[in-house]
Amino acid sequence: MNSFKKNLLKKRYNAERRFQWYGKIAIGLALSFLAVFMFQIFSKGYSAFQKTWIATEVHYDKELLLIDAESPSKDDLENADYYDVAYKAMTSLDPGLPEEEDRQLIQMVSYKYETEVKDLLLKNPDFLGKIVPIKLTASDDVDQVHKGNYPRDIPEKNRRVNDYQLQIYDMLNERGDILSEFNISFFTSPDSREAELAGIASSFMGTVFSILVCLAFSFPVAVLAAIYLEEFAPKNKFTDFIEVNINNLAAVPSIVFGLLGLGVLLAVFNLPRSTPLVGGITLSLMTLPTIIIAARASLKAVPPSIREAALAMGASNMQTTMHHTVPLSMPGTLSGTIIGLAQALGETAPLILIGMVAFVNTIPGTPVDPAASLPVQIYIWSESAERGFVEKVSACIMVLLAFLILMNLAAQIVRHKFEKKWS
Amino acid sequence: MSKIKAENVNVYYGSKQALFDVSIDIAEKEVTALIGPSGCGKSTFLRCLNRMNDVIEICRVEGSIKMDNLELNSRKLDVVRLRENVGMVFQKPNPFPKTIYENVAYGPTIHGIAQSKEEMDQIVETSLKKAALWNEVKDRLDEIGTGLSGGQQQRLCIARAISVSPEVILMDEPCSALDPIATAQIEELIDDLKKEVTIVIVTHSMSQAARVSQKTGFFHLGKLIEFGPTDKIFKNPDNQQTQDYITGRFG
Repeated sequence: MNSFKKNLLKKRYNAERRFQWYGKIAIGLALSFLAVFMFQIFSKGYSAFQKTWIATEVHYDKELLLIDAESPSKDDLENADYYDVAYKAMTSLDPGLPEEEDRQLIQMVSYKYETEVKDLLLKNPDFLGKIVPIKLTASDDVDQVHKGNYPRDIPEKNRRVNDYQLQIYDMLNERGDILSEFNISFFTSPDSREAELAGIASSFMGTVFSILVCLAFSFPVAVLAAIYLEEFAPKNKFTDFIEVNINNLAAVPSIVFGLLGLGVLLAVFNLPRSTPLVGGITLSLMTLPTIIIAARASLKAVPPSIREAALAMGASNMQTTMHHTVPLSMPGTLSGTIIGLAQALGETAPLILIGMVAFVNTIPGTPVDPAASLPVQIYIWSESAERGFVEKVSACIMVLLAFLILMNLAAQIVRHKFEKKWS
Repeated sequence: MSKIKAENVNVYYGSKQALFDVSIDIAEKEVTALIGPSGCGKSTFLRCLNRMNDVIEICRVEGSIKMDNLELNSRKLDVVRLRENVGMVFQKPNPFPKTIYENVAYGPTIHGIAQSKEEMDQIVETSLKKAALWNEVKDRLDEIGTGLSGGQQQRLCIARAISVSPEVILMDEPCSALDPIATAQIEELIDDLKKEVTIVIVTHSMSQAARVSQKTGFFHLGKLIEFGPTDKIFKNPDNQQTQDYITGRFG
């Protein structure tokens, strides 16, 4: 081998090695971005799954509750006055505190502490007249202090938790009266202005209803359109034009669909504002082209020999399509549908336009009740000033990601498990 | 006795003419082989006989093809009825990705041939027996048809074709994807079937044509060059082109 040839060969090997390195670097960059992103979210958000409680004692004093009856009924307990009982439960933590300063103690628990005192008695009517231990939801400021998210070394006047409250907190913490437990209410409560009470139940249900409505509207329409276009429609300029338009529709920015929902569904059809029904229909406009394209691709992938076999047996076009082509294309269509829905799941802009951005503190029971959705909830919380919402935003992102991963997994499983092999 | 009589058949794909004035008489309960080099139009002609060319949008068929005095090349013809009477076996085995039972039962189901489950079982069994596949699959009728070997798949396709008791079966190079043993089995099967059915077979293998057929037609460049008894075509053809093709000088 002469030296020129040797050189050429060496160059070729070097070029390939370099190329492989570029690829590895690209993958490494992508993975490290993902890792940073995940670390950010998890490190900020994991603490939202812990809830801080303050343990104290409550005396269900009949006199303070203003209950006269000897053996009070459920209604009596329901209508009793819990203000004093709850107030005493908190102020008993520091009996020496002058009355005009008591707000400092009350501020350490959520504003709903009176309801919590009431609920405990309603659940256990025999506590009446007794002194029992109780745990009250800590305010978001105490919660953040306990989780170590709140700086203690800044000047007192810039702090939402003053020195006295920190002192009480330290005392309680030493006694073991600050409890940290799994935050069930994050999943069972609707949104709230108070970070310690806010949960994702409303937005989660809103998302579930929106996706179901979206599926119910887009799947049948898209599949029928795909079957007609692929199996029955003549191939001419007009169907080409339709195909181009469907592909274009898939590229339309989502906010445009939001405007359409606002202008048509709300303004013309007068559907109820801020509801998953309108949200779902708006999202279905977005998923429609995605599903049509996926369904057409998987119909195209069915080998023509199967169609010929059915036609040669004397099956009509309709029978060939319904008995053979469509069932064989279903795995691809379904996984395309799930991917389309997963895209819709993360949409925020169109939902904001149709009013699903409203503050909703009830859990929707039907698609026509007002609701938020998970991505919109993230948007709402990220605009809130309180420190307690920072971890909630990340926690909500985690839930949304888990939802997305589950759906994509489902798409994979559907594709691999139900895909039929043909010779 | 003539089963199918084609007269002056011309086929066009768009502006390209694929068949030129083909006239042929296909005798009942005989095997007719169509031979010729690739692209000579023999498959195109075969697909005229069960109107499978309808699937190809740009395809246009002219001329007259009569089966028992019924004009096949007519807009008014019910192709579903026609294909019930004229079955087809394709070059590549193409069983449905369903069970063996469902594969055979599909035709009788859509044509409403079986009245009961027992009757259907009977049809499936008879068809598989006629296709010489019964003994191999009788214990696994609920397995997927595409899981069989190539030769078995092709026999399953034949069973599927005969399940509706057609009068004619068209075979488009049925053995080209099979090994010699499977080919021999199919050829034996063709021999058996011709007692009841008229068979038209397109083949690339001249020895196969010589073995299984009674009549042979030689196609070249879209024209039927010569048609006659197989013996005569192979031993003493009238046409020089036929002679050249048979002896392997071109093709």
